[in-house]
Amino acid sequence: MKSSSTVLPGFRLTLAFTILYLLVIVLIPLAGLFVRSATLSADEFIAAVSAPRVMASYRVTFLAAFAAALINAVFGFLIAWVLVRYKFAGKKLCDTLIDLPFALPTAVAGIAMAALYAPDGWIGKYLAMMGLQIAFNPYGIVVVLAFVSLPFVVRTLQPVLQDLDKDIEEAALGLGATRAQTFWRVLLPHVAPAWITGVTMALARALGEYGSVIFIAGNLPMVSEIVPVIIVSKLEQYDYAGATAVALVMLLASFALLLLVNVLQGWSARRMRA
Amino acid sequence: MGIEVRNIGKQFGAFAALDNISLSINSGELVALLGPSGSGKTTLLRIIAGMESADVGEILLYGAAANNKPAGERNVGFVFQHYALFRHMTVFDNIAFGLTVRPKETRPSKAAIRERVFNLLKMVHLENFHDRYPHQLSGGQRQRVALARALAVEPKMLLLDEPFGALDAKVRQELRRWLRRLHDEIHLTSVFVTHDQEEAMEVADRVVVMSNGRIEQIGTPEEVYHHPANAFVYDFLGNYNEFTGWQENAGSALNLIDYERQTDAPAGAKIVKVFARPHDMDVSKTDTFGGESIAAKVMHINPAGALVKLELERVRNPGLLLQAEISQDAVLAQAIRKSDVVYVRPRATRIFMNS
Repeated sequence: MKSSSTVLPGFRLTLAFTILYLLVIVLIPLAGLFVRSATLSADEFIAAVSAPRVMASYRVTFLAAFAAALINAVFGFLIAWVLVRYKFAGKKLCDTLIDLPFALPTAVAGIAMAALYAPDGWIGKYLAMMGLQIAFNPYGIVVVLAFVSLPFVVRTLQPVLQDLDKDIEEAALGLGATRAQTFWRVLLPHVAPAWITGVTMALARALGEYGSVIFIAGNLPMVSEIVPVIIVSKLEQYDYAGATAVALVMLLASFALLLLVNVLQGWSARRMRA
Repeated sequence: MGIEVRNIGKQFGAFAALDNISLSINSGELVALLGPSGSGKTTLLRIIAGMESADVGEILLYGAAANNKPAGERNVGFVFQHYALFRHMTVFDNIAFGLTVRPKETRPSKAAIRERVFNLLKMVHLENFHDRYPHQLSGGQRQRVALARALAVEPKMLLLDEPFGALDAKVRQELRRWLRRLHDEIHLTSVFVTHDQEEAMEVADRVVVMSNGRIEQIGTPEEVYHHPANAFVYDFLGNYNEFTGWQENAGSALNLIDYERQTDAPAGAKIVKVFARPHDMDVSKTDTFGGESIAAKVMHINPAGALVKLELERVRNPGLLLQAEISQDAVLAQAIRKSDVVYVRPRATRIFMNS
């Protein structure tokens, strides 16, 4: 679009700031990663990023993040639905609680969760009786990731559910659809784009989480070690190039994943264009 | 009897949305619920449809008690003001929805659904739009799809909530004539809600005038317009001029205080409000009424329509406006122009005892 053809002023100026900001805040630091890891030869790079312990950490990180995002896809939807649809005592309180994971230093969450789910903790005690253990293994990672990423799903869905016309629901019910049919065939398609967005953001958040995970994961090599832990431990051994190499793989994988979900989201949003 | 409403009441908090409403709608009839916003007309329609429940009273649909029947089992087609189409479905899928959600045993075959949908598309003149999405249609087209969707399940009754309210004037008029013709063809018991008296008059067999949760009058358009039951109905159904008059006692001759030849009310006479429609006003450039008229200045002339609309300001009481509608010929013959002073006199008046 030619900037002179739009009636909205300030296009050039705002675009310039947008690009400058993205450069300084996002792109230049990331470019630093490439430069750093470029000090490695190809063989060294491949060795660094494909060591068995590193490979295991990719698996743990992505699986745990996916699991947390899927859990929140279901429960985040439920919470958003309840908060939008029903009036009940303590609703404001619940609504505020949702934001807590945003505000809380994640380390605090990790320490609290670790204390709760440790085999002698309040909840861990009873889980231990049933032969379950959450803390210090990959399940613990999923639990804290679910905690830190919950607000993303709830907060993206809430306004969309709020705007949902009561009409279309009534129309569906009036035409003889059951509650379930109304939900699956009418309501869900309407909120799907926002839902996908929320779950994607939750996934992205979970992929990048470090602070809370280290306290509950136990960080056992090959079992419950996430990628950021590998990176930090490499840094602690002054293996900067190795750390950035792993970070780069993580970055590219995350980027590819988010891009894919964005395309999916765009496709589903196009079908819902008003 | 198609729809029978018996002593329905509904409270929203302290506000009585419906107050002891009773109404019978014959099978095959097209009835308008007419009233200003807040009169309870939409609430009544939604209660009949089963989208809202009444606090007290009974709804009978074709003789069967319907109070506890869910909306989907009432055999009712409902059309919403804002269409309420499913945005992610094509026109075809929207119309087919009510059929495709049926359980396997009662669901028509794919071919039967297809045939039914295309018949409906033909009826609403949208044959070539079956694969469009709602956002690709105009407002009038969307409402026709909504109507086809409501009719697809072969309801016994059709309920329409301000069906033309969101459309522009021209489409509105087209669509309501079309609805009338459609009703004459398929004779479905139909109730539609509107706040537009012209719409109600033009489309409905009978009009139910409502205000403040009560029914003010039920009658044919002719009855409610020419024999309004009270001042509210009279007011709601058209523009009017208001005068002050007096009577010796109820039923005796009416004298207007507003006339130039002033006749103040004698002590003990009953003062009444007198109403007259703009088209019941005689207008003359010279006072041919022997003082029994009101002098007024022409403020504005609207020549659009069969009758010319004059906006007049009383000479003796500036600020008090009058409206008159007279033929184009009369305006031309008398050469009435803006700022002229004319003499007006109501030809037919109406008084309401309870006002």
